[in-house]
Amino acid sequence: MKIPLIYNLRSLRQRPISTLTTAIGMALVVAVFVAMMALSNGFRAALVGTGAEENAFIVRKGANDEMSSGLSRQTVSTISSLPFVAKDDEGRPLISPETFVVISLQRINGGMGNVVVRGVSPQAIKVRRGVEIIEGKMFRIGAREIIVGKTLAQTFPNTAVGEQITFGGQPWTVVGHFSANGSAFESEIWGENEQFMPVFRGEVFQSVTFRMSDPSAFAGIAETLENDPRLFVDAHREVEFYENQSAQLGTILNFVAVFIASIMAVGAVFGAINTMYAAVASRAPEIGVLLTLGFKPRNVLSSFMVEALVIALIGGLIGCLIVLPINGLVTSTTNWSSFSEIAFAFRVTPRLLMYGLVFAAGMGLVGGFFPAWKAARQHVGDHKTRRVNSLLELPLNPRKPRKDSAAESTEPSDSPQKEIGGHGFRSVSYISYFRGFRGFSGKQKHGMGTNLLADLQRSLHSKASKR
Amino acid sequence: MKFARLVWANIFRNKRRTFLTAASVAVAMFLFASLRSIITTLEASAELGSEARLVTRNAIGITFPLPEAYTSRLKSTSGIRNVSWANWFGGVYQDPQDFFAQFAVHGESYFAMYPEIRIPDDQLDLFLRERTAAIVGTGLMERFGWSLDQTVTLQGTIFPGDWEFTIRGVYTPDNPSFSDQTMYFRYDYLFERTNRQVTPGWFILQLEDPTAAANISTTIDALFENSTAPTATETERAFQAGFVTMWGNVAGLVRAIGTAVFFAILLVAANTMMMAARERINEVAVMKTLGFQNRTLATLVLSEATIITGVGGLIGLLLAKGFINPANPVNVMLPGFILTTGTFVAGVGISIALGLVSGAVPAWQSARLSVVQALRRVA
Repeated sequence: MKIPLIYNLRSLRQRPISTLTTAIGMALVVAVFVAMMALSNGFRAALVGTGAEENAFIVRKGANDEMSSGLSRQTVSTISSLPFVAKDDEGRPLISPETFVVISLQRINGGMGNVVVRGVSPQAIKVRRGVEIIEGKMFRIGAREIIVGKTLAQTFPNTAVGEQITFGGQPWTVVGHFSANGSAFESEIWGENEQFMPVFRGEVFQSVTFRMSDPSAFAGIAETLENDPRLFVDAHREVEFYENQSAQLGTILNFVAVFIASIMAVGAVFGAINTMYAAVASRAPEIGVLLTLGFKPRNVLSSFMVEALVIALIGGLIGCLIVLPINGLVTSTTNWSSFSEIAFAFRVTPRLLMYGLVFAAGMGLVGGFFPAWKAARQHVGDHKTRRVNSLLELPLNPRKPRKDSAAESTEPSDSPQKEIGGHGFRSVSYISYFRGFRGFSGKQKHGMGTNLLADLQRSLHSKASKR
Repeated sequence: MKFARLVWANIFRNKRRTFLTAASVAVAMFLFASLRSIITTLEASAELGSEARLVTRNAIGITFPLPEAYTSRLKSTSGIRNVSWANWFGGVYQDPQDFFAQFAVHGESYFAMYPEIRIPDDQLDLFLRERTAAIVGTGLMERFGWSLDQTVTLQGTIFPGDWEFTIRGVYTPDNPSFSDQTMYFRYDYLFERTNRQVTPGWFILQLEDPTAAANISTTIDALFENSTAPTATETERAFQAGFVTMWGNVAGLVRAIGTAVFFAILLVAANTMMMAARERINEVAVMKTLGFQNRTLATLVLSEATIITGVGGLIGLLLAKGFINPANPVNVMLPGFILTTGTFVAGVGISIALGLVSGAVPAWQSARLSVVQALRRVA
């Protein structure tokens, strides 16, 4: 028979301070764990979100990043005439040959930041589905105009619509701000590729991105491109290309998250073990009663495990609540494959919160096991328990409940007398009463906690006096 | 002092609890020391660059090169003793994830300017005589199991193709913060292989008088302001610090984690001390009856707590000391990853503070304990 959960809950309420301190200790561990995972999650999302599944991304053969790539005009025009490049409504190919440079700009709060300046074709916004102008307008063809990503606009001066930034020896007018689903594009400056080419690296593109007319045929497209004798290129799915760039730092961040959280967890688990041992020690008489009443040691074990689990889950919930406000907080780091700064937001997802709770539950189970084991191993005949036995017997002796009337409320097949027998007290009667006892249902004013004995006695007395 | 035995007895009264508390403090201090070492190491590497050297790079950005012709104009600028230049190579050895830095340098001038890089003279001579020679840091040699005179092949990413280098020298940095994970090879090899297309990535200028750094920087930048490639010049220290800030707000992150760890463990320790105190209410009552003063009782509780957390903290710090050593893989990314004395002292201080704070509540409780109440509870 299971020990009802309400018993554990009420026991926890009996000692709110130690329950809360243990839970908050775990909450902090969970908060750190989730925050670190949210950091790595946000970073990954920023780079992965940069790519779209239906786009192909072309760089020079052997180039691992846009920085080290170079494609000639000839290559670009060959690619745009190929049949698997999707066309827009007016029949123009959805393709964006791009230049890519990283420049130093002064930040608002002082210091220099490295910023990606991407020269795109006017089609770029159509090729890249998530990109949207949120303020101002798109740059005009042939003009020294740029649009800036919305996170960049927050960290660098002179980026409001209508202002001018100077780089590459030229003044550029900001005509719009764009958003891109929180991806790394939002930390970039975009202008027309033909305008940037003469200013920076001359007649060479760094990459070509195009929409595939049939995204499922990517493998074939890549093979055609890579084996075309006129071209010297590598083809990637856009999303995979950017994912690879985030792989290393993402892995480091995840490792750090797990490493730090595990070490912290060890400390918190020690705390939980302490608390649970104290709980077990102070409730030795109660455990004795539970065993006397016929609960199996494994019931006691699982009951204390459940109690530790409840503490841990309270901690997990508090931890998740603590960590929620960091969702969306923007921070920045460097994309080491291009030395450019990318800003990204902490991302706390429901999945991460669930991981946090699972982590907490794990701590609870580990921390609760040994104390629960100790509780379950306690013998009815232990010195502490024996005191309980005598307590149980003493006040009841004068009014012996009649055995036959008590037996009515219990199944006759069940005979716990033998299990407990040999201690010389009238366990059967009390167990019978216990079976009929409604204290667990919540009707009783006092919890089962430390008042178990009192409840039991009161109910015995009231039954006896009714008769 | 005469109560030392009493404190001692109390500590060992519940061995398991004492052990668990000390262990959780140890774990916290281990984490604290490791995290703080990351910050101190980052700070040390930001200060690594010399104040006596300037770095001149393209004003557009570090990835844009400068014309080689600038060399002579820089040399003729007053206050500059020597000029050298270098390029970032960005090669990959076998696995792209296994990153290390390679620089193409002008051998004669570069190593003369960097006393930090210690190379045996005969090896440097060999390097200067052979175009494909390379000089490799001790750490990098160990990491890939390379040996002297071995030929290694790198795939160029910025400069495509397979590049063969023969290791002719091994350098030892004179400062643990200076990376021993770098490979230097000859600029002219890069120059020839790229059909003379490549130009210096940045210039390094040795100053005659470091105090003139600011003036000379302005002079140089003014000199090239209206040329095709305007320059940005700063001290090497500022240049290095710029790279360190590129990691983002690591310090802030680490501090936030450190604070969370501190409070988590504080709760554990405080909880334990309160549990211990609750067990002993009757004893405290008896002691008060016998005439023990509140102050004495508080001292007893506080010293017990402080001894437990102090010993735990010390163990954690010593473990961290053992963990943070030059053989640690973190060193590849963060050269000079060491536990500073400052961190150690701070760790001990925090451990003691943990003990005092966690003992404060029970001490206060025992002070306001009413003897009659407590003894009634005992009975």
